[in-house]
Amino acid sequence: MAKIKLAKDKVEKLIEICKSFNNEGSELINVLHKAQGTFGYLPAEVQEVIARELGVSVAHVYGVVTFYSFFTMVPKGEFPISICMGTACYVRGAEKVLEEFKKQLKVPIGETTEDGKFSISCLRCVGACGLAPVVTIGERTYGRVSAGDVADILKEYRN
Amino acid sequence: MHILICGGTGCRASKSELIQTNLEDALKAKGLEDEVQVVTTGCFGFCEKGPIVKILPDNTFYIEVKPEDATEIVEEHIVKGRQVMRLLYTDPDKKETVSDAKNMGFYKKQIRIALRNCGFINPENIEEYISRDGYGALGKCFEMTPQDVIDIIKKSGLRGRGGGGFPTGLKWEFASKNEADQKYVVCNADEGDPGAFMDRSILEGDPHSVLEAMAICGYTMGADKGVIYIRAEYPLAIERLKVAIGQAREYGLLGKDILGSGFNFDVEMRYGAGAFVCGEETALIHSMEGLRGEPTVKPPFPAESGYNGKPTNVNNVETFANVPVIINKGADWFSAIGTDKSKGTKVFALAGKINNVGLIEVPMGTTLREVIYEIGGGIKDGKKFKAVQTGGPSGGCLTERHLDTPIDFDNLLAVGSMMGSGGMIVMDEDDCMVSMAKFYLDFTVEESCGKCTPCRVGNKRLYELLDKITEGKGTREDIDLLRNLSAVIKDTSLCGLGQTSPNPVLSTIENFYDEYMAHVDDHKCVAGQCKALMQYVVDPELCVGCTLCARNCPVDCITGERKEAHVIDVEKCIKCGACMDKCKFNAISIQ
Repeated sequence: MAKIKLAKDKVEKLIEICKSFNNEGSELINVLHKAQGTFGYLPAEVQEVIARELGVSVAHVYGVVTFYSFFTMVPKGEFPISICMGTACYVRGAEKVLEEFKKQLKVPIGETTEDGKFSISCLRCVGACGLAPVVTIGERTYGRVSAGDVADILKEYRN
Repeated sequence: MHILICGGTGCRASKSELIQTNLEDALKAKGLEDEVQVVTTGCFGFCEKGPIVKILPDNTFYIEVKPEDATEIVEEHIVKGRQVMRLLYTDPDKKETVSDAKNMGFYKKQIRIALRNCGFINPENIEEYISRDGYGALGKCFEMTPQDVIDIIKKSGLRGRGGGGFPTGLKWEFASKNEADQKYVVCNADEGDPGAFMDRSILEGDPHSVLEAMAICGYTMGADKGVIYIRAEYPLAIERLKVAIGQAREYGLLGKDILGSGFNFDVEMRYGAGAFVCGEETALIHSMEGLRGEPTVKPPFPAESGYNGKPTNVNNVETFANVPVIINKGADWFSAIGTDKSKGTKVFALAGKINNVGLIEVPMGTTLREVIYEIGGGIKDGKKFKAVQTGGPSGGCLTERHLDTPIDFDNLLAVGSMMGSGGMIVMDEDDCMVSMAKFYLDFTVEESCGKCTPCRVGNKRLYELLDKITEGKGTREDIDLLRNLSAVIKDTSLCGLGQTSPNPVLSTIENFYDEYMAHVDDHKCVAGQCKALMQYVVDPELCVGCTLCARNCPVDCITGERKEAHVIDVEKCIKCGACMDKCKFNAISIQ
């Protein structure tokens, strides 16, 4: 991974987040949630600052970040696309929808398009099984999506 | 008059918020905004037909409502007192419209205990919960000794609804017996089973029932702190819980000296970050402590040494939601519902290839057939039923011959599946059972925490063997190997995840052995799902030579003269299925 030097104001913001949880190591997951909410992702530099502030090893922070699927070390696209691969969506054809998104955007799961606009990820059940298969883009939820709908959905965000 | 609108995640995704705004505007236009109240409630359960709008007091149940229907509902129903017929549910058998939910096949067999308030009250208003006996059970408990309360729960026969089915009263008793300066009540709201959403619906639709039950639990075991461990992926449930906790504090139902009893109890939230294994209580506790969610060997049980090393009682959302009702109505009332060893009801998330997808609550002992055909309305598109999967990634696929099994903890275990948290996925003739097992193993491999070898390595090998079979390269020995390896993983894994992860494999081999053999011996996938085993062919009798398939083939492997039968070159075909989708004469089929 390319080394990005963290800007000073970002470091200060992180220190502030850690302080709001009393710099306690047991609050690590809450701190990470907050940090990811602020920066969008958790690059190595962010993890280093958090480790220092909470008084735990960087390895420990990295261990936790990589353990949980919610945390990501890669920036997501401007419009993060999540395809539900829960069982209900799977049996109603979510795999074909996922393949279509991959084909149209030409990126694999977990990566972001070169222009930074879209990223594709899978998630496990948003609980809208009545609408399966379900796709979420940012805050919006699309229900009963078929592979044929993919191009139209992407068009909404391309302009 | 009241207009209730479903504010669950599913209906919200279908613009239920806009329906509310439009209804309010339409009421205002008629000057009725003071007489008719518009209320957002929790999930009604009938997600297939959402968004749902219900009118009280006449109980009219409107389905598939669109924002633009709001004016008509107000002008016709509210002003003129005439039901909007086109928005009513039509009984598929009798072809008659049904306006009261009570008379719908979907609701008839249901008994709602855990979901009692979902779809009835505004979850963001504590007064509505209180008006339906809310917090009455807590008050009642303060008139009893903690042991009396535990005895009621024990006598009711309530068992943990998160999957394990451990008797709740017994669990509370263990935690109450361990002396310590600090104890904790934990609510497991890290619903991880893909395809199950009952906990989320309860938290979104009736958050106070969980808070009240946690306080009751705290009273019995002498804990003054409660923690709800909830998935960060459930923003709406988190929001509603925050509101509920705030209101309960305001009303003195959480905090110091609750209802003048001298008992202190407060609740805070911790967020999960996406790890299925955190449903296991020791893993969940580690995650709450800010660590990787890895399970540890029991004993010590959390009741002795749990969160921060203190006695901790962990229960699931649905389990808690049952508690206030048991206290209010009594142990005998509760234990009269259900089967010999499984009392009460169970909530299931019914999904997959079924007509009525949704959230249902039925008495234990209801058969799978009743759930699938009477409540679920049968299989989608008139296809043939093939299997029903219960228990999520830890459960198994059951078949036609299990349909009359009464559902309870022990019966499902006996037939090689399990209750789990209540996911129920129905599959039809187009679903390949080997692929289904592979789907679940893919999940388990990703979610295994990696701490113990049988789970970390064994499941990966299971996945590879299944993948080999779906690629048409499997042998009969591979099926034996799957069986042996599954037995080893079950026997030697540390926690519930590994001990149950081979269930989808074993149950599909047991119940769909022929299908495995067809993959292995004949290199055929009867469901037509395994790409490597499929061949697209053109039926020369049906093909009219319209050339549409050839023009749509991305690899140009279809040839033929206009008005003559076309041929697919199977060597070049990438099996994308585009030709079959486009053919207007059903001339292309999979073999």
